[in-house]
Amino acid sequence: MEITIIQLFNGLSMGSILLLIALGLAVTFGLMNVINMAHGELIMIGAYATYITQNLFNDYLPASLFNWYFVLSIPVSFMVAFLIGWLLEVSLIRFLYGRPLDSLLATWGIALMLQQLARTIFGAPNVAVKSPTWLDGGFRLMDGVVLPYKRLFIILLVIVTLVAMFLYIYRSHAGRRMRAVMQNRDMAACLGISTRRVDSMTFAIGSGVAGIAGCALTLMGPIGPSLGTYYIVDAFMVVVLGGVGKLVGTIVGAVGIGVTGTMFEYWTNASLGKVLVFLCIVAFLQWKPKGLVAMKTRSLD
Amino acid sequence: MKRKIVKNLAFLTVALSVVLAGCGANNTTSGDPAPAPSNTGTNTTTGSGGATDGDEIKVGILHSLSGTMAISEVSVKDAEMMAIEEINANGGVLGKQLVPVVEDGASDWPTFAEKARKLISEDQVATVFGGWTSSSRKAMLPVFEELNGLLWYPVQYEGLESSPNIFYTGATTNQQIVPAVSWLLENRGTKFFLLGSDYVFPQTANKIIKEQLNAEGGELVGEEYTPLGHTDYSTLIAKIQQAKPEVIFNTLNGDSNVAFFKQLKDAGISADDITVLSVSVAEEEIRGIGVDVLEGHLAAWNYYQTTDTPENKTFVENYKAAYGDDRVTADPIEAGYDAVYLWAAAVEKAGTTDVDAVKEAAKGLEWDAPGGKITIDGDNQHIYKTVRIGEVQSDGQFQELWNSGEPVKPDPYLETYEWASSLSSSK
Amino acid sequence: MQLRTLTPQKIYILIGYAVAATALFCAPMVLSDFRLNLLAKFLAFAIVALGLDLIWGYTGILSLGHGVFFGLGAYAMGMYLKLEASGGRLPDFMDWSGLSALPWFWKPFESFPFAIAMGILIPALLALILGFFTFRNRIRGVYFTILTQALVIITVTLFIGQQKFTGGTNGLTGFTTVLGHSIGSPDTKRMLYWVTAIVLIAAFVLCRFLVKSRFGKVLRAIRDGENRARFIGYNPAVYQMIAFAISAGLAGVAGMLFVLHVGIISPSTMAIVPSIEMVLWVAIGGRGTLIGAALGAVLLNYAKSAFSESYPDAWLFFLGALFVIVVVFLPKGAVGLFRKWKLPKRRRTEHEQQVGHSTV
Repeated sequence: MEITIIQLFNGLSMGSILLLIALGLAVTFGLMNVINMAHGELIMIGAYATYITQNLFNDYLPASLFNWYFVLSIPVSFMVAFLIGWLLEVSLIRFLYGRPLDSLLATWGIALMLQQLARTIFGAPNVAVKSPTWLDGGFRLMDGVVLPYKRLFIILLVIVTLVAMFLYIYRSHAGRRMRAVMQNRDMAACLGISTRRVDSMTFAIGSGVAGIAGCALTLMGPIGPSLGTYYIVDAFMVVVLGGVGKLVGTIVGAVGIGVTGTMFEYWTNASLGKVLVFLCIVAFLQWKPKGLVAMKTRSLD
Repeated sequence: MKRKIVKNLAFLTVALSVVLAGCGANNTTSGDPAPAPSNTGTNTTTGSGGATDGDEIKVGILHSLSGTMAISEVSVKDAEMMAIEEINANGGVLGKQLVPVVEDGASDWPTFAEKARKLISEDQVATVFGGWTSSSRKAMLPVFEELNGLLWYPVQYEGLESSPNIFYTGATTNQQIVPAVSWLLENRGTKFFLLGSDYVFPQTANKIIKEQLNAEGGELVGEEYTPLGHTDYSTLIAKIQQAKPEVIFNTLNGDSNVAFFKQLKDAGISADDITVLSVSVAEEEIRGIGVDVLEGHLAAWNYYQTTDTPENKTFVENYKAAYGDDRVTADPIEAGYDAVYLWAAAVEKAGTTDVDAVKEAAKGLEWDAPGGKITIDGDNQHIYKTVRIGEVQSDGQFQELWNSGEPVKPDPYLETYEWASSLSSSK
Repeated sequence: MQLRTLTPQKIYILIGYAVAATALFCAPMVLSDFRLNLLAKFLAFAIVALGLDLIWGYTGILSLGHGVFFGLGAYAMGMYLKLEASGGRLPDFMDWSGLSALPWFWKPFESFPFAIAMGILIPALLALILGFFTFRNRIRGVYFTILTQALVIITVTLFIGQQKFTGGTNGLTGFTTVLGHSIGSPDTKRMLYWVTAIVLIAAFVLCRFLVKSRFGKVLRAIRDGENRARFIGYNPAVYQMIAFAISAGLAGVAGMLFVLHVGIISPSTMAIVPSIEMVLWVAIGGRGTLIGAALGAVLLNYAKSAFSESYPDAWLFFLGALFVIVVVFLPKGAVGLFRKWKLPKRRRTEHEQQVGHSTV
């Protein structure tokens, strides 16, 4: 009984982490059709931004305030990744619209450089981020079932991020312009929308969300130059499984992979579980090549 | 269409000749006596002792400076460079200065093989210090045996190997894992959970541990492997909670340790509940994992930064002076540093850098290393080392809980242990 | 291409081929053993690049899973070499991993011809099966590319996990002889170099024949407009599957040669990074031109070797920058640049530009 609850919660938690890392990708890949292989490195940038915030708090502020560095590091990570994403868009990505496979290769080159840059600045070894004490420990649901606060916090963070993105995309003027450009670029341009600005804004937001993911991941895992490589393929799987272009699909995809993944891992072992999950995704795509929630379109090519 | 083809071919020929010219040029510039291609005949290994011409001796350093393994290997490279500088400052070896030739293994095993070949046959280095993962060593081994080169491998490993062209300055299983298991059985409990990354070292190590548990009255309650780079340990921790072990023997590698320890603490399991003993977590790794999640857990090594010897005091001071106050020393770093000194001592004794002579001279060589006196075992080219079990303190350093008292004789095939007879049928 | 009469252009072509072939065959006289071994490895890579170009440059399918096909070929050869090196005993890693007898599927690999056949057939069959499921369901473009990445992860995780059958992360190494000849001796190495050069030329001729034939025209039609090709009456899935299988077979061949030159095959060679690097060779050399792909593989690996020897700390910067610049600003690769520079007057028309764009 306890183990069922724990495993359900673990699945949900893993789903929320996957969702967080895939959300940014759902924007850049799903809405803009740019295959950003440097997405993992944007996550890494978010993680390092958190590390720097922590160090600044350590060095310049009284110890009593240290616990609150994490609250500040979330917007900081977002902003840093946002800016770098914006720079990338302006300098490179804008040449790659309409060439998705080329964008994959070019951004992979960027990923290589960002990794090496991180290695040059922060050194090759991992760095440590001390999690705030208010996230230590867990919520005791019943005897033998402890839900760690950090995992609960990440679930909460995902929900907040999702709501914010939903509001931005569907309830704001900027979001309306963004949807207009993604649906019909020429028509939007004719109606006076600056598509260039919308493009860079959209890409930057996608990158910023990756930064938030990086910040959250400092609670759970390693922070090092190759951090991004651990998550990038998983993130793509989530987006592809969920279906491109719809946030709902991404949510279902992430939670689906999270729950089935933990189940398989529990029944078999970690290696085999991973293989089974990927096999399931491949098999599923045979059945629904466009993912869970597909955009309906009449266009052919 | 046809014009295109002509252009293609013209381009092909131009480019090919450029490549060939480039390769050729490289050939003539590197090392004066270019290894003559006319050196036909079969696999005659004419003692490639390396270039000792002039007042310099070239030595190779081959670690991953990029890729996933750079995390660990860069520090070892630093220690080896430091040893070379110290030796040079003291007049060099045989009155000649050492010139390091640094190559990047790029965390890619074929690259290690390629670069090893380059160091021996192109740069004609006298010896190579390098490698970290078993895979990189296994990749380099045939190259060193074929070209009769000399490799100093500085990391603890799974044993069951003894190449005539490799000196192993890290611990083999009976200098780390076997005594650690015995100590745990005596002091911390008998119910073991074996956790490792899914690759050769953990699987081999766990095979040995299982035999030992059988023989010494331990109980195995679980054994799990996770893929390299695995970052979600929630399910595994649930399995651990169900199995209720008293000891977790942790052979996870690199980044996985960070995720595992962070999530273990979140699940409310502290060092008081379950003892975790790691064999791949040293001072370097503690910095990346965070002391707060590691405090109280154990590790088994042959050296800690806190090891109390006069040699260690200077070693740590010099290392920090050279690379920064925030750097720490650790077992593989010390083993890399030792390797350079051991080789230098062997060369001085042999009076030449010739590989066979150096190997002969190295037999029984003693040196006061930062981690205590070490001796080269002439039979298997491993090192006598003192085994130490340490506990992580709040400052990120280890406090030694136990040591073997005297250096332990290396036994890579565990021939002196009765229970291990079934492990390896052939040498 | 009709070769009925010998025009000056055709003579140039023949001379070009002759010079290229001579350059390849003279290399052993100019280069040291080490450099020759490197060049041989690069030539093996050129064979993968040819195969990749066949499906990416000509058919418009981007596979990030060629490392797997390459690796499967390499493992087939590695199994043969390992058995020969073990001389009838159990290979060392099986011994440590607790196997007491040779698994049944290892046994036939004692035969050299069988190993070679498997090194080609297994990758080709796997590609055919994967292609059957994906192309028939019209999974293409980005989706196919990401699926090939899933294939890589599945294969690598399996190979690492099944240590007792595959050698785990260490892979297969410690080879001694091939067909009774010492694998490390300069003579054997030179022989292997020539074999590789001949195979490369054969692969080049095969690919050239394919792309010039009707089959190749259909492939390009599929690349430029899959649905149009379908409406004309071709079944794109069949063509894609065949091209993909041939490409995988070539990767298998290259993998076998790679093992002979390098002496080790491990799962890391099959992983995502090497797979992407293979695509990079084609991109930088020039996709859609066979020569470009082959040259790209040789030149880029040479550059990588040279860079990492001179700047071990920073070569990733060079590599990454090169990649970005070529893909973003020179989508036709080095060959495209060469043409632009060589033929400034023959401006590419708008139409050609468009075709160039739709190849991606």
